Amino acid sequence: MTPTIVLPVLIGGLYAAGVYLLLDRSLTRVLLGFLLLGNATNLLLLSTGGARGLAPILGYAEPDEMSDPLPQALILTAIVITFGITAFVLAMIHRSWRLSRQENVGTDEEDRRVAARSGTDADELDPDDLAPEDRPAGHADGLRGEPQAPSDDVELPRAGLR
Amino acid sequence: MTALLLLHLLAAVLAPLLVRWWGRAAFGVLALVPAAAFAWLVGRLGTVTGGGEVRETTSWVPSLDLTLSFRLDALSLTLAALVTGVGALVLLYCTRYVEPGAEGTGRLAGNLTGFAGAMLGLVVADDLLLLYVFWELTTVLSFLLIGGNGSRLAARRAASQALVLTTSGGLAMFAGLLLLGNASGTWLLSELVADPGTGPAVTAGTLLVLAGAVTKSALVPFHFWLPAAMEAPTPVSAYLHAAAMVKAGVYLVARLAPGLSDVPGWRPLLLGLGLATMLVGGWRALRQTDLKLLLAFGTVSQLGFLLVLVGAGSRELAAAGLAMTVAHALFKSTLFLSVGVVDHATGTRDLRRLSGLGRQLPVLATAATLAAASMAGLPPLLGFVGKEAAFTALWEGGLPDRTAAALELAGLVLGSVLTAAYSARFLWGAFARKPGVEPVADLHRPGPLLLTAPVLLALTGLAAGPLSPQLDELVTRYADTLPLRAPEAEHLGLWHGWQPALALSAVSLLGGLALFAVRGPFGRLQQRLAVGSSADEGYWNVVQGLDRLAVAVTGTTQRGSLPAYLGTILVVVLALPGTVLLTRAPWPDEWRAWDTPVQALVGAVVVIAAVLALRIRQRLSAVLVVGVTGYGVAVLFALQGAPDLALTQFLVETLTLVTFVLVLRKLPKDIAERHRPRERAARGVIAVAVGALMGAVGAVALAARTATPVSTGFPAEAYRYGGGQNVVNVTLVDIRAWDTIGEISLLVVAATGVASLVFLRRRPGGVERADAGRLAGSAARRGRRAPRRRWLSASATLDPLRRSVVLEVITRLLFHPILVFSVFLLFSGHNEPGGGFAGGLVAGLALVLRYLAGGRYELGEAARVDPGLLLGAGLLIAGGTGVAGLLAGGDVLQSAIWRGTFPVLGEVKLVTSLFFDVGVYLIVVGLVLDVLRSLGAELDRQEEQDAADGDDDTGDETDHDTDDDTDHDDRTDDDATAPAEVSAR
Repeated sequence: MTPTIVLPVLIGGLYAAGVYLLLDRSLTRVLLGFLLLGNATNLLLLSTGGARGLAPILGYAEPDEMSDPLPQALILTAIVITFGITAFVLAMIHRSWRLSRQENVGTDEEDRRVAARSGTDADELDPDDLAPEDRPAGHADGLRGEPQAPSDDVELPRAGLR
Repeated sequence: MTALLLLHLLAAVLAPLLVRWWGRAAFGVLALVPAAAFAWLVGRLGTVTGGGEVRETTSWVPSLDLTLSFRLDALSLTLAALVTGVGALVLLYCTRYVEPGAEGTGRLAGNLTGFAGAMLGLVVADDLLLLYVFWELTTVLSFLLIGGNGSRLAARRAASQALVLTTSGGLAMFAGLLLLGNASGTWLLSELVADPGTGPAVTAGTLLVLAGAVTKSALVPFHFWLPAAMEAPTPVSAYLHAAAMVKAGVYLVARLAPGLSDVPGWRPLLLGLGLATMLVGGWRALRQTDLKLLLAFGTVSQLGFLLVLVGAGSRELAAAGLAMTVAHALFKSTLFLSVGVVDHATGTRDLRRLSGLGRQLPVLATAATLAAASMAGLPPLLGFVGKEAAFTALWEGGLPDRTAAALELAGLVLGSVLTAAYSARFLWGAFARKPGVEPVADLHRPGPLLLTAPVLLALTGLAAGPLSPQLDELVTRYADTLPLRAPEAEHLGLWHGWQPALALSAVSLLGGLALFAVRGPFGRLQQRLAVGSSADEGYWNVVQGLDRLAVAVTGTTQRGSLPAYLGTILVVVLALPGTVLLTRAPWPDEWRAWDTPVQALVGAVVVIAAVLALRIRQRLSAVLVVGVTGYGVAVLFALQGAPDLALTQFLVETLTLVTFVLVLRKLPKDIAERHRPRERAARGVIAVAVGALMGAVGAVALAARTATPVSTGFPAEAYRYGGGQNVVNVTLVDIRAWDTIGEISLLVVAATGVASLVFLRRRPGGVERADAGRLAGSAARRGRRAPRRRWLSASATLDPLRRSVVLEVITRLLFHPILVFSVFLLFSGHNEPGGGFAGGLVAGLALVLRYLAGGRYELGEAARVDPGLLLGAGLLIAGGTGVAGLLAGGDVLQSAIWRGTFPVLGEVKLVTSLFFDVGVYLIVVGLVLDVLRSLGAELDRQEEQDAADGDDDTGDETDHDTDDDTDHDDRTDDDATAPAEVSAR
């Protein structure tokens, strides 16, 4: 099947514009980019279904004249879901605005904190730093309840069995 | 066997309930379950010693070759009898060991019973994967039992350590089982052992399986989890960490040895690690002062011994190994339970504080002495029989390599010396009178029931020695599956005449006693030789290293910037699929300019609008130009021959615009530019590259197709099975209905998300309706007379300045026709453009009209129902249709077609998928209503509230919301008559 020039150009243009907006920090622009990407993707899906045909409705067209119904079914739900997601992101924008009077995706402070953490911060689990009763039983022969006397230091009574 | 396992499962599930009813006495009832299994096993003894076996097979997942297949042969029977017998006695012991009314008793009972079942399943499973399932079940239950109620740090750490070690071994084993199963072509353990095949896959698989056995049975260098696991209550230690779970590795090695012991690496690994473990465990046991830890290290030592015996792969050592396994389970559980009694009676397990307990608790001391004597290898106990058989076998050969046999023998004798020494140390530590140590003053004397289990187990060990010829019948059944290396087969028995093995036994015993006698100097020697580090430290260092690595990786990759993340993803898209596209994709040979010139025209408009969207910083204008692209795409859909898509896209685009306006009215007019020019340039480059890539994908996708589309048959199927002429609609509600179920569920989630982001805590159950008081009040407040006749019932609540009579009239006239049209779309959608999605969107638009014309109370008047109710009902109807297909005798979501003639209507054809579409319709209406109620009505209300509260709107959000909630409560009470009181969520 021969592709058209119009559709790939159109799809590429919509994708480019969508990606540019998606990489913005303003949530509104991100959402607009998302919508453009949605439109572009729907067109891409539709164009993979083949050249244009008649509406896939029996009685209106014969099966071999029809456009491919499968991408259409996929796109149809995608359109409605895009609306659901749009509404959700808009609610997020509203929430963000109400809380902090801004609608930007700022830098994630928690991520920055993790990145700034030095490796040794992870050593909270070091058994040597724990209270002796919390150390594992076999750990360097430390014995529960006897922090000052490891088992090797036990002074056993000299007498034999009685 | 299946029934017995189910019985265990049932008991485990009921255990917490039983404990709640009867307290700790419930353990007695639970003990009956493994006891019943034990009785059943004893009943099969004749069959098995006669050379038969019991098999049960139930199909489980045939497509994955998974079967519930169980097999009881001599080896399984021996282990299963141990597991169930000791299990029953340990549960009985718990009836007195557990403090009455102690917290977590129900959990302990359930886990312990469940563990007994899992362990039984493990030793009788014949399917490789089933074996693995039981294997990991025991691991998880062990984790739960060690961890207890999770309140103590040491217990949590021990539990997680045991879990990490045994599951990592278990995962290796799983991979090994898969390799073995694939290489040998069978998933049955019995067939695998009979014919394992050869080759690198079998070798690798075997070694991986051994990794599982080695970790589970606590061999060096993974031995340290076992002493740490002594954090568990003593009955748990006695059962899991002496008699049952750690024997899983022994069982597995014994099970596989007949087929796989000649695999390269098998003997060096097991014989080497086993011997090292025996010596390390014995050495460490002699340094312990906690009786339980002493036993734990003793167990480590004995497990090493057992794995040497069963891993050797010769008939005589295997027989010795199995006998020793039985002996070990008996004496070690006795000893652990005895320690439990000592702990219970005195409150300590420290041998430096115990003194003179032998006189005070003579029965216990006798039982423990019998068990310790068996451990040391003293005749006439079973431990002596087993050890003697092992020495004999190695003396006579027993291994393919004589030098190895000699070395092993020397090692085992040395290990036995240590064993005898720590056995003596245990007895002395627990029961002897020690000068300078006061006997425990107030002894908490154990009752007879607490002593039953250790005494019974000790007596069994005593009786089994003289009765070992009977045990030999069972053991030989298993051992005969292995090749004999010695000149002739020895049988288990107390007396074999004056033989070298007897001398070796004597050497072990006397050496042990001598070592014990010089324990003072020996202790100091051990202290001097003590190494500064331990395997446990190594483990924690590895864990910490992982932690550090995780922090480093997270810190490097998670920089906290969304554009950076998205940019990275897009660059990868360019790099990987982009490269493939450039190098491999078949470029089309010829091109057409367009399908129709109109397509080019609309396309140009769309591209221009998209470019404008980049440049416009004004919020609403940007939304509008993006809307233009959407409408343009709808036209393209229509041109392409997709009327359903065009219709849906038009409707959704309109709704999207309205939603945007609802939210953006609260935001500043312009979007500030926050990006540096360099960032913008980078974005531009990525954007253009991705655009080019996707355009190219669009161009080559058609030419790249190699298979016939799956949808070629859709039109015919749609009519024949789906009963509809609109192929797209039938695809949605019938052919691909599963997809649609997922998609409408997503809509429900999105709607719920919107509502929860706006209403925060909960949404008010009632619907905000305009009541007479509010209408009158609002009119009075504004000092105007309410119009006598209103076009919309609640429009009077609006500020007169915001009212538009024209809009109200139009709404009044159009609302009901639009609704009727939406229902028409819904019903005709099966045969013509339309359907649940389009119909729902049209109905949603009607609601939008009412809201825009009459405000939020008008919305309440228009839709007197909670959107959650609509969403829930829609999902229920759509899902219910699926079940209906099942009930009608078809598949889930299969359509049924009914035809009937009705008066007036004439012939009616009814397809069940119509109801599915009704569900879709309701969900879409619910979604739109939710959006309007949240982003429309609730935002209006918040605005009014903010205005009423004054100008401190940026202040404390929480306070506002609390006020809001009370406000809602009042309102809900006022509206008690509203039909949709119920909140569906």
